[in-house]
Amino acid sequence: MEYTLDIARQSPGGKPWRQTFLVEDSGESSVSTILDSISSQVSLDAEGEPAEPVVWECGCLQGKCGACAMRINGVPRLACSAFLREFPKRRILVEPLGKFPVIKDLAVDRSGMFESLKQAKLWLEGEAFNSKFRHDACYQSAMCLMCGCCLDVCPNFMPDEEFFGAALAVNAYRILEQSEAKSIALEYKKRYWHTCGKSLSCDKVCPAKLPVEELMARANAIAIWGK
Amino acid sequence: MSPIVVLGAGLAGLSAAIEAAENGYEVTVVSPKPSERAQSVMAEGGMNAALGEGDSPKRHFEDTIKAGRFLADPEAVMGMANAAPGIARRLRSLGTMFNIRGDEMDLRAFGGQKTRRTVFAQSSTGKQIMSAVIQEARKYEFKGLIRRLSRHALSGLLLSGNGCTGCEVQDVYTGESLSLAGSVIAALGGMNGLFNRYTGSQDNTGAATAILFQSGASLANGEFIQYHPTTAAIPGKRILISEAARSEGGRLFCLKNGKPFYFMEEKDPELKNLAPRDVITREMAFLGEQAYLDLTPISNDAFRTRLSGTLEDCLTYLRLDPRKKPIPVEPGIHYFMGGLLVDIRHQTNVPGLYAAGECCYQYHGANRLGGNSLLGAIYGGIIAARSAMADGCPTGRGKVAFVQETQPTQDRLAMQNAMSSGLGPIRDKAGLERLVNTLERLDKSVPLLAKAIAISALNRKESRGAHCRSDFPNENSEIKNSVASANGREVLFSAREAANYGVHA
Ligand SMILES: Cc1cc2nc3c(=O)[nH]c(=O)nc-3n(C[C@H](O)[C@H](O)[C@H](O)COP(=O)(O)OP(=O)(O)OC[C@H]3O[C@@H](n4cnc5c(N)ncnc54)[C@H](O)[C@@H]3O)c2cc1C
Ligand code: FES
Repeated sequence: MEYTLDIARQSPGGKPWRQTFLVEDSGESSVSTILDSISSQVSLDAEGEPAEPVVWECGCLQGKCGACAMRINGVPRLACSAFLREFPKRRILVEPLGKFPVIKDLAVDRSGMFESLKQAKLWLEGEAFNSKFRHDACYQSAMCLMCGCCLDVCPNFMPDEEFFGAALAVNAYRILEQSEAKSIALEYKKRYWHTCGKSLSCDKVCPAKLPVEELMARANAIAIWGK
Repeated sequence: MSPIVVLGAGLAGLSAAIEAAENGYEVTVVSPKPSERAQSVMAEGGMNAALGEGDSPKRHFEDTIKAGRFLADPEAVMGMANAAPGIARRLRSLGTMFNIRGDEMDLRAFGGQKTRRTVFAQSSTGKQIMSAVIQEARKYEFKGLIRRLSRHALSGLLLSGNGCTGCEVQDVYTGESLSLAGSVIAALGGMNGLFNRYTGSQDNTGAATAILFQSGASLANGEFIQYHPTTAAIPGKRILISEAARSEGGRLFCLKNGKPFYFMEEKDPELKNLAPRDVITREMAFLGEQAYLDLTPISNDAFRTRLSGTLEDCLTYLRLDPRKKPIPVEPGIHYFMGGLLVDIRHQTNVPGLYAAGECCYQYHGANRLGGNSLLGAIYGGIIAARSAMADGCPTGRGKVAFVQETQPTQDRLAMQNAMSSGLGPIRDKAGLERLVNTLERLDKSVPLLAKAIAISALNRKESRGAHCRSDFPNENSEIKNSVASANGREVLFSAREAANYGVHA
């Protein structure tokens, strides 16, 4: 079957443009597999012109490292678990995540996310306090890929502002649960709770299928209501 | 206190960085991508530590040495086995969500070991450990002791007459280069990118290890490459079906006259489906039949609480429900037992350059036990950092020893294909000679590293652990560790003496 991929391209300092590629596939390949084959050889675009390799990030190709997050037909998700068969119209638009600065083509600079967890002081000062009743939720919290999909859909998240969105809330949860010191509750209020508008689009879009809403509710219960 | 540069931000790199930062050292951690993306997050089944009743570090030591077919360094392995229970407890206190039974960490049985010795967090142990370790490192980042360069790759090693005085790294997007002074700890992971299909991460290209090799660091036992018996091909890669699945009751079979033949249960009535990986892979290669992994005996509850990641992987990537149907599996490249030559202090043959984790050889001999590499990465990182702190950085003005070379895509594909066919689970002289010939035509640093592995495999005229030669089917106890070094474009090979390890076959 022939699929049409429209890929957003952009050089540092340049304007974004689109390049179309036609690919033959049974539908079983993921968008990563296609990007890999386009970028590891000299490929021709739909006009038959040789294309510069597409720049994008990937690592595990298995949904475990969060590197390959991008917008696919407008939805932020992992390219390595977006299979062509999911697109019956066989036309796929591939763009970089929209909330982060584009480095080149589909690669974006997500360093702000990592910086934000540091600013919010998300670590344990003492030994982790473990409760078997919270085990599952803490486990889920630690599965966060830091891919950025939740921030990409968030109506309130803007880079360089104080609000750090779901990525912060999800990760803060287990620290709140496991530490005696409640000082990070302050950071949590300031950097998450005051601004979250509860649109919960993050919950729907999380590629790791984390129970984002539940983790936020639990984090709120500790940080805000002191439970 | 001279600064320390850690190359790689996986478990070994972070372990080294935290150890040094805890002691007040300034550490720069260099990696092309942040820690959340390192292969360590992919580790599934668990980490070994003698915590069970009746178990002991001595028994952990013996199982490791025996599964490694007597090539691993006994003193180093004993150190690691002794440290393991403490490391597991420390990880738990850092917040790792290991599965718990009662108040203690639960243990699962893993391949090649007769005792339950593997702590685990469902089948996402690596991710859970990494989340805890990353957050511990974050504390030191905030304090300014750990600095991160998270889109940088090694581009050259700085050498003075006295050894390694630092390195040069490059922004992977802008190409801008930076010179970093200090002792260097390589924690670069395995050499996946020398092959075309593997279970691990594409980021571990082997390029940085190739720079170190060409700059004078030797490679030891490169021929020992673990083919994990239960992997499945998907477009672009292989996915692993964790050994944990067999630990929870999965059984391997192939069809014989239309009926399931549980070949491992026949071959090894004691360890059965949990025999060491090299043994199972060899058995599968010799049988030459399509093998299947039957997980249907596993309860839904065990899938939910102990194997949720494995279930998810099968449903998403294989489109197969392992609760209902056996999984077709075959051996695939999974781990590198060989790597940079280090001594028991994790120093390479270049003073001031240390190595830890999967990029160095040491703990696994000819075949690694499942659950020992997360452990080896953490323990090795700690030891490497301690040695770097104790030794201080060699003096003198370092100069870039060797400049990184980019490999044309065509050559990379040719190398990967040649390596994959020449260094399969079963090897022979003719195939290895063809491989060396092909690699000789590709003159860059990565193919030179590949050639070092091929030459080591050619020179090891025996079958031992993961290295199986159809033309030399027996173990030959006279053959010691193999060491390869670069001399310009040439590979120099030598065999080192193996000690008497005091554990018998
Ligand atoms: C699917 C899978 C399951 C596994 N399951 C288990 C298990 O259950 N138990 C177990 O013990 N082991 C397991 N392993 C093995 C284990 O995960 C690894 O051996 C271990 O995590 C290696 O850690 P590391 O820190 O040495 O390397 P890695 O985690 O691979 O880190 C390497 C680092 O080097 C960086 N790097 C790469 N190139 C460069 C460069 N040019 N310059 C600078 N930095 C660079 C990378 O970005 C990365 O940060 C598994 C492996 C796989 C693939
Ligand atoms: S490449 Fe790792 S999540 Fe897609």
